[in-house]
Amino acid sequence: MARWGMVIDLDRCTGCAACGTACKAENNIPFVDPEESARDRTINWMDIIPAEEHGEHNGGGPMMPRPCLQCDNPPCIKVCPVYATYLTPEGIVAQNFGRCIGCRFCMAACPYTVKYFNWHDYRRKDGFHLYENPDVSTRPAGVVEKCTFCHHRLQLARERARVEKRPFRAQDYVPACAETCPAEAIEFGDLDDHNSRVSRLKRSPRARSLLQELGTKPKVVYLVREHQNEIG
Amino acid sequence: MKSDETLGSDAHLLRSIEETGRGFYVAVGLLLLGVLWGVFAYGTQLTHGLGVTGLNQPVSWGFYVTNFVFFIGISHAGTLISAILRMAQAEWRRPITRMAEVITVMVLFIGAGNIILDLGRPDRALNVLLYGRYQSPLLWDATSISAYLTGSVFYLYLPLIPDIAILRDHSSKYRFLYTVLALGWTGSKRQIRILDRAIAIMAVVVIPVAISVHTVVSFVFSMTLQPGWHSTIFGPYFVVGAIFSGIAALIIFMLIFRRAYGLENYLKYIHFKYLGLLLLTMSFLWFYFTFAEYITAFYGNEPEEMKVFWAKFTGDQAIFFWTMVICNFVIPMTLIGIARLRTITGILVASISVCIGMWLERFIIIVPTLSHPRLPVETGSYLPSMVEWGLMVGCFSLFGLFYLLFTKFFPIISIWEIREGREVGFEEVVERVKSYLPNEEKTPISEGARG
Repeated sequence: MARWGMVIDLDRCTGCAACGTACKAENNIPFVDPEESARDRTINWMDIIPAEEHGEHNGGGPMMPRPCLQCDNPPCIKVCPVYATYLTPEGIVAQNFGRCIGCRFCMAACPYTVKYFNWHDYRRKDGFHLYENPDVSTRPAGVVEKCTFCHHRLQLARERARVEKRPFRAQDYVPACAETCPAEAIEFGDLDDHNSRVSRLKRSPRARSLLQELGTKPKVVYLVREHQNEIG
Repeated sequence: MKSDETLGSDAHLLRSIEETGRGFYVAVGLLLLGVLWGVFAYGTQLTHGLGVTGLNQPVSWGFYVTNFVFFIGISHAGTLISAILRMAQAEWRRPITRMAEVITVMVLFIGAGNIILDLGRPDRALNVLLYGRYQSPLLWDATSISAYLTGSVFYLYLPLIPDIAILRDHSSKYRFLYTVLALGWTGSKRQIRILDRAIAIMAVVVIPVAISVHTVVSFVFSMTLQPGWHSTIFGPYFVVGAIFSGIAALIIFMLIFRRAYGLENYLKYIHFKYLGLLLLTMSFLWFYFTFAEYITAFYGNEPEEMKVFWAKFTGDQAIFFWTMVICNFVIPMTLIGIARLRTITGILVASISVCIGMWLERFIIIVPTLSHPRLPVETGSYLPSMVEWGLMVGCFSLFGLFYLLFTKFFPIISIWEIREGREVGFEEVVERVKSYLPNEEKTPISEGARG
């Protein structure tokens, strides 16, 4: 069975935020209004954050994309009281929107702050919903949501392979962010396949995990710039 | 103890049930207003979602979780203190235990209720039973709190039975209710023996359960990896804080009802002095734990820990932190520690200050950690909305209302235990003290103590 992972090359990343935009469109991520945004309630499954710690975050430094890190040892699933967030056999940290009771314990436990809450019902009812992706369910008020590695794309790829009567290949499945990145900074694939590009890049000496010291074993790793030792 | 005996001066304790003054209606009216505000606030929240609160990303927990921890903490007043005093055979416990036990039962409902208030989808709360997952500390909470609630209800009810029988025989009101609840109590030797035994067993049982409750409440925080939360001393630290705030709440309630129902003859200065000294002891213990917690973080100097540390000491949360230190340590130390200031008023002021301080302690454990996430995403700030204030006022009002209504149905001071103190307490204590001392003659002295 595959173990899906992602490598983000910060030497290639231009910080253009196309990945985040593609993610929003792909996963029906709601746009909150300016007032809500001012209250820190925007939802960004793929967030663009400063790549280096500065005194002031707003000033110029390099940026980097931050999806859910898809930990192998996720602090969020340990605390969920109802199994609404769990690790799939293929290593994806999934979120069951239909079961989540909205206690936000996973948000409090995630050291990467990748979990987002639907403070209001952000679903569009003004006709805009006709443009939404039919493969991804929209979320009601009161539940937590997060990056799922575009899990629906995995399901679609499997179905397509079955219909076409051919075996499913790892390259059939790629999340929206990796597909969109114009700088080709995001590599996605099966980490257990030692010949895959993503697996080779993950073994690169430039590879770093975010907050590695926490032992969460993220399956999203970053390739740092030359002469750069740390990230985040 | 025959229930047909005359009550003598203890008839005074039934007066709060028989007579209802204007003050009662005013108090109920005011409390109902508070409850109504809370109901209205919750209505707003149910219609519009948790967005009507001041919560945000990353400060996803605020007032509700603070209140949950605070109220569950207060609950330790009751059962734990009462059980410890009972087991230690502290004779001065007699007029206090009932009041303490009532606090526990009432406040547990409200504490657990705050978790429901905090849920984004309260309609799915039963998923916790359907799909409950024991890996989550929230499930430990649910288990422990429901065990504690069950135990506390029994522990409140058992010593209430003889008093209900007294009410059945003397009261003109709610005859049917008392007859059913008295379970045919006649005060026979056998019944007394069984009751004593049952109370003794419950007292032993509720102590570990009570300690487990606040330990697992602390585990909600300490089982995560977050700076400021991931600490090994959180379990005992929370238990100490819980008993600390519980004693303070107990003193406040005792003083309110002493004034309202004229119980000066039962709740004397000595009771407040002893409880005050207990409060002072807990204040020192609390300070010790707080000191140990922060000095460890400071010396480790781990950057993420330090972000939270400085936010509390000099940053945006400093005002709450230092108010907490003053309320929890400086004020009780002054007002109770200095004998000249240890008046009823002094003890009351210290107790109120401890309740405020302990509430702030819960708050500054929760919010600064969440508002300083590890990754350089936006650091959050949290300003509670009117909905949250409303629900907080509603919770406190509901607590008061429950308590007030209880006193209208049942005696707030255990009549039979006071009487037992008069009738057998004296001899028991004399016997006990004798048994502590070296034997004067060769004759062995019986252990004399009763459960």
